[in-house]
Amino acid sequence: MANVRAIARRELAGYFATPVAYVFIVIFLMLAAFLAFQFGRLYESGQAELTAFFSFHPYLYLFLVPALSMRLWAEERKSGTIELLMTLPITTAQAVLGKFVAAWLFTGVALFLTFPIWITVNYLGNPDNGVILASYIGSFLMAGAYLAVGSCVSALTRNQVIAFVLTVSACFLLLFAGFPMVLGVLRSFLPQGIIDAVASVSFLTHFTSITKGVIDLRDLVYYAVMIGGALIANVIVLDLKKAD
Amino acid sequence: MIETQQLRKDFGAFTAVRDISFRVDEGEVLGFLGPNGAGKSTTMKMIAGFLAPTSGQVSVCGHDVLREPLKTKAVMGYLPEGAPGYDEMTPRSFLGFVADIRGLAGDQRRRRIDDVVGRLQLESVLEQSIETLSKGFKRRVGLAQAILHDPEVLILDEPTDGLDPNQKHEVRELIRSIARNKTIVISTHILEEVHAVCSRAVIIANGEVLADDTPAGLEARSRYHNAVRLSLADDSALPAVREALQSLDGVAGLEQGEDGSGVIALAKQGSDVFADVSRLVAEKGWAISQIEKDRGRLEDVFRDITLRKPEVQHG
Repeated sequence: MANVRAIARRELAGYFATPVAYVFIVIFLMLAAFLAFQFGRLYESGQAELTAFFSFHPYLYLFLVPALSMRLWAEERKSGTIELLMTLPITTAQAVLGKFVAAWLFTGVALFLTFPIWITVNYLGNPDNGVILASYIGSFLMAGAYLAVGSCVSALTRNQVIAFVLTVSACFLLLFAGFPMVLGVLRSFLPQGIIDAVASVSFLTHFTSITKGVIDLRDLVYYAVMIGGALIANVIVLDLKKAD
Repeated sequence: MIETQQLRKDFGAFTAVRDISFRVDEGEVLGFLGPNGAGKSTTMKMIAGFLAPTSGQVSVCGHDVLREPLKTKAVMGYLPEGAPGYDEMTPRSFLGFVADIRGLAGDQRRRRIDDVVGRLQLESVLEQSIETLSKGFKRRVGLAQAILHDPEVLILDEPTDGLDPNQKHEVRELIRSIARNKTIVISTHILEEVHAVCSRAVIIANGEVLADDTPAGLEARSRYHNAVRLSLADDSALPAVREALQSLDGVAGLEQGEDGSGVIALAKQGSDVFADVSRLVAEKGWAISQIEKDRGRLEDVFRDITLRKPEVQHG
């Protein structure tokens, strides 16, 4: 545990020692607000709720989280520091977990910094803050799932661009598996059981259900399995392929 | 103590290391020599526990590197090839991170960090990001990280690469000063380093051990071992000198000196002709400007051993 903490602390310090943290946070906040107000018509709708704000998170994460996760392992490979890290007395799982926790905490900070929008709707009306809290939790869990997938993909290559493109593609599939249009097409030739199965692996399906204000155990289990599964795969990838 | 047994590493169809077995005991500094691509780094990566061997075993202080990776990594310090470091970190935060992972805390943590910073003279760059450091400083930060926890076993992959002559000297002094009670393996292709710090040298090429000996033992394999170099004040006497030298018992042959003047009398295996040659010089009254006994040249031995045809290597 001390090792995980040491690695996570080093990683987090690394984000803030470079412009990565500031660029990410500023762009995330600007895009989140822009999408909510411009396309979500948050203001014009006249409703004291943040549905419009949260509904864009899956798409925002689709591009921003891979930008964060692409460097997690690819950079270690490229600079050779992976050799240093993996010859310290730590397990691969500790290294994977430490890096993941740091990245997840970082997205948590970015997400937390959207609080002015919460203050705004509370100032303007009386939103259901329970729903908003659930949505924040759902958004954070979804960011974790994106990150875990991205971390695993990043371990596959030493090239950050490849890591980015592959992660976006993988997350795109995981996201749009639950898209009504995709499901509609599939429904025309697949039985309902398979449609449900496809929909159930989607980030979107579980995120949408949480943003309705109900944190269902199934949704929590889904994200736990997604994150856990991706991180276990990450450990396996690293153990199989440490060099080059 | 490090022991490797029939260590082998394949990368696809390419065999980087084949059947390397050796043993390094406490108090020894083993020099790992070989041309580029000989398999030095691959072997060191396997000892350090970064790469898993295709077959064979490595044990460090009695623990198997594959079966008990945490135990072996805890007693080992490792400087990877090229001394990689986290670019955005400062040496202070980097050493702090390694200290945390190594389980150093409180007073001991501060003492150890101060000690390595002092030994490697890093005070002036402690607050500078690693990516802005010169090659020499980066290498020293890597060394500091490797010796931070005062490990029993040190694996250093080209510790002096990229350092200027003064820094090289200091790093060798450092290795010598900590060598007692430790097991150290260093790889290098600088042969003078072998003399300077190693108690034993292993020469490998194409992934195989070709020689395992003390530096003096390796030199004795040189054709110039115990050869005597004579420089004459006046080269016109050379034919007479050559004739007289040729007739000496222990002389295997004569060669011209490297600078085109003088003569080198090669000694037969196991014989020392210096006394005979110097007596001859006194008897004949030759006007010589220099007389010198050669220990043998590691460069020649290295070339001889590593450039032998593969068929010969395999016997």
